[in-house]
Amino acid sequence: MTIYNLTLAELRTRLDSRELSAVEVTTAYLDRIAATNHEINSFITTCNETAMAEALAADQALAAGDIAPLTGLPIAVKDIFNTTGLPTTCASNILKNYIAPYDATAIARIKAQRAVIVGKLNMDEFAMGSSNENSAFGAVRNPWNFKHVPGGSSGGSAACIAARQAAAALGTDTGGSIRQPASHCGVVGLKPTYGRVSRYGVVAYASSLDQVGPLTRDVRDCALMLQAIAGYDPADSTSVDTPTPDYQASLTGDLKGLRIGLPQEYFIEGLDSDVRKAVAQATATYRELGAEIIEVTLPHTAYAVACYYLIATAEASSNLARYDGVRYGLRAGNAENLIDMYMQSRAAGFGTEVKRRIMLGTYALSSGYYDAYYLKAQKVRTLIRQDFLNAFEKVDTLLAPVAPTPAFALGEKVNDPMQMYLSDIYTIPANLAGTCAMSLPCGFSTEGLPIGLQLIGKPFDEVTMLRTAYAFEQATEWHKRKPEF
Amino acid sequence: MTQRYETVIGLEVHVQLTTNTKIFCGCSTEFGQTPNSQTCPVCLALPGALPVLNQKAVELAIRTGLATNCQIAPRSIFARKNYFYPDLPKGYQISQFELPVCEHGWLDIDLENGERKRIGITRAHMEEDAGKLIHGETVETSSNSLVDLNRACTPLLEIVSEPDMRSADEAIDYLKKLHQIVVYLGVCDGNLEEGSFRCDANISVRPWGQEELGTRAELKNINSFRFIKQAIEYEVERQIDLIEDGGKVIQETRLFDSNSGMTRSMRGKEDAHDYRYFPDPDLVPLVISPEWIEEVRATLPELPEAKRTRFVEELGLTTYDAGVLAADRELADYFDACVTLAKDAKGCANWIMGEVLRKLKETDTAIADTPVTPERLTDLLARIADDTISGKIAKTVFEKMWQNDQTVDQIIEKEGLKQVTDTEEIEGLINEVIAANPDQVAEYLGGKDKLIGFFVGKVMQASQGKANPGMVNQLLKTKLKG
Repeated sequence: MTIYNLTLAELRTRLDSRELSAVEVTTAYLDRIAATNHEINSFITTCNETAMAEALAADQALAAGDIAPLTGLPIAVKDIFNTTGLPTTCASNILKNYIAPYDATAIARIKAQRAVIVGKLNMDEFAMGSSNENSAFGAVRNPWNFKHVPGGSSGGSAACIAARQAAAALGTDTGGSIRQPASHCGVVGLKPTYGRVSRYGVVAYASSLDQVGPLTRDVRDCALMLQAIAGYDPADSTSVDTPTPDYQASLTGDLKGLRIGLPQEYFIEGLDSDVRKAVAQATATYRELGAEIIEVTLPHTAYAVACYYLIATAEASSNLARYDGVRYGLRAGNAENLIDMYMQSRAAGFGTEVKRRIMLGTYALSSGYYDAYYLKAQKVRTLIRQDFLNAFEKVDTLLAPVAPTPAFALGEKVNDPMQMYLSDIYTIPANLAGTCAMSLPCGFSTEGLPIGLQLIGKPFDEVTMLRTAYAFEQATEWHKRKPEF
Repeated sequence: MTQRYETVIGLEVHVQLTTNTKIFCGCSTEFGQTPNSQTCPVCLALPGALPVLNQKAVELAIRTGLATNCQIAPRSIFARKNYFYPDLPKGYQISQFELPVCEHGWLDIDLENGERKRIGITRAHMEEDAGKLIHGETVETSSNSLVDLNRACTPLLEIVSEPDMRSADEAIDYLKKLHQIVVYLGVCDGNLEEGSFRCDANISVRPWGQEELGTRAELKNINSFRFIKQAIEYEVERQIDLIEDGGKVIQETRLFDSNSGMTRSMRGKEDAHDYRYFPDPDLVPLVISPEWIEEVRATLPELPEAKRTRFVEELGLTTYDAGVLAADRELADYFDACVTLAKDAKGCANWIMGEVLRKLKETDTAIADTPVTPERLTDLLARIADDTISGKIAKTVFEKMWQNDQTVDQIIEKEGLKQVTDTEEIEGLINEVIAANPDQVAEYLGGKDKLIGFFVGKVMQASQGKANPGMVNQLLKTKLKG
């Protein structure tokens, strides 16, 4: 038995039976990270000392019978979550030396269960990117093929699960940043409904779109993680005060009477043939499992990417104004005056893509352009949301590809932002609609790269989405494959 | 020359709401604490921190809106006003833009000619305050500026008037009225020096009869009523002189320098910020139910104007007395409490406006802290009414009451101040006075009636002020003629 190959659920059983201790599990993972991180570069910070202390505390709790679902389980978190006493860099030079003085709510919740945080994960700077190449700490490599990207922006989160460097990870998804890397790395990734998980303490990229979610090896683990982080938080005004259902209980495998919708706009030209084939095969599997497959339409899909890059960048231009060198973060040393200090600090602190988006967003909000860009985009967003609500009157969940292609090669799209942006074409609409969506493994390309299947659920109906995902996972073996290295 | 132009003034008043905690976090709003001691991740704008609206601040905004005849929006939106400045930690101020919490209100002011004028209130919106910059106070920091974020994120209500005022005096009337109302309501401590009540003035002039408004200048942050008047008057003169000299007023922001009494340009229109307002995605729309509005309405105190009217019409006070007593909510409450106990509204008013206010001023005491409570004051008035003491002796008793907490009767007893009403005793004193002043008696009997005052004074003096003056008067006349 190799400890780091066990799922969260398997580790839980062994910790509860005292077959393994939290210290043994944590040690196994820290060793694994030490042995593999130079190849993957998925971690920005590993926290061996605090992790071992947390593992000891977890073992004491286990001995005392004080056991929560995540007690003693090794979890890594995207470096966008504030974690008390640890660097929280957002993969940016501007926060390179920033130590968070407080915990994000999601972190506080997993800590309350005595999970062990093994490290902070690489990402695209400020969650802006689809390849994890926009990081001040270097690109992350796809564990299935080091020449390929892991996807982004939660590239480190997806890669670390595929590479067995943590049993579960937390990421964030603003336009596909959990699902797309999950798809590219062959793991399960879930973006909850907007408002389901608190954003408090998560460094903001685009506030109306950002949502926290888990990346795991299988659907059961995903449900376990979602259970821990979901729920109303008075510190986040946009979190929704609605009961959190029992997600484990939703994993029945039963699909009787389930109606699955295929949005026709998602199967268009530009969709890679391997991806098309894998998704078609998954559709067939669902049919065999007893689900009814129905074609639906989401007519405003074509406008989603444009709409997203106006709203997300507008919000980002404002959210990132606080990095001004005044109170924390990078401050230019030789500035001549205030304006100069702002300009030099931000010029040195932000990477190219972040600057590009700040400029785009500033432009979209500028006097004289606001109506044509930002306001128009908000109207389109309403139409896109309505598309989903209409579709959900006919079906219980939607089935679609996650990304148009499997993981592309490192460097392939860095000089072509438009191509890069289009790789989020199937994931962005769920963020704009605010609904839940997830990616789960459904096949491999001829090159041997993983392909993900996207399920999009009704708002606040993660239960049905997880049930649908679990049934597929039970009927297939894709999630059991792991990269050889 | 001034007469050829009409002045047009609109005011923006920032009222700091009296919540214990800040508008978007739980930090204290107490003034004058150690710099940056009242801060948290939210008001420091640390990465990942999120605002949560203080419901108390909303309640105070509704309160103010209702008292200024505004409509309370059932749904209003917080927006981000984006600009860079070191005292603005997020790089944007959370304010309200398109949908403010209050709109379409008004206040009436009383003009010198006795007429009433209605000043429109365009809107009142909630927002957060910025922090404070301290520029090089010590040698070590002489080239630095320090940032204190204690004030950052304290709740403000910005009340924007229509350009309805036509003179500095009207502007001051409006400001004083608004000031009185917000203090009355308890939504603001009204402290101008500490910046709890700040005023920006938009000023323009136009030739008489012209419809179109002239180009306006905005005067920023003037911190006393006197300076506001000075600043407006200076600015009006400046604009008229400029036009008369063939120049043009330019749209700009100007600062008032209280030392020179002049205004000077701070930034022109070309330097005006593009604030890039957009709805704050971190906050949900503010929804105010009709029930909430009614709940707040039910707790509104009687406002100064209504009080004044009641004091005149129901209690029979003069307009002047009613004005003085209604101007301050606690003073008015004190007066009302006295009237409830003593029924004699005029007597209460005279005593409060005379002795009580004098003593408060002399001892720098707030009416709330006066040792002479309405119960004690009305006890004193009762002893005048039942002739136990004279009005003059009552003033002596009042002084003693201020110094200790003995009852009125105890003081009268202990100090032997009880009025002498015993006929024999008074007659005895009169006899002594008559015997001691034979010349004056002769003059009086010779027809010099005025001398009665002299005799009364002497007798009162002999009684150490305790003789009942009415009785003295009457008995004297009988004796002298006898």
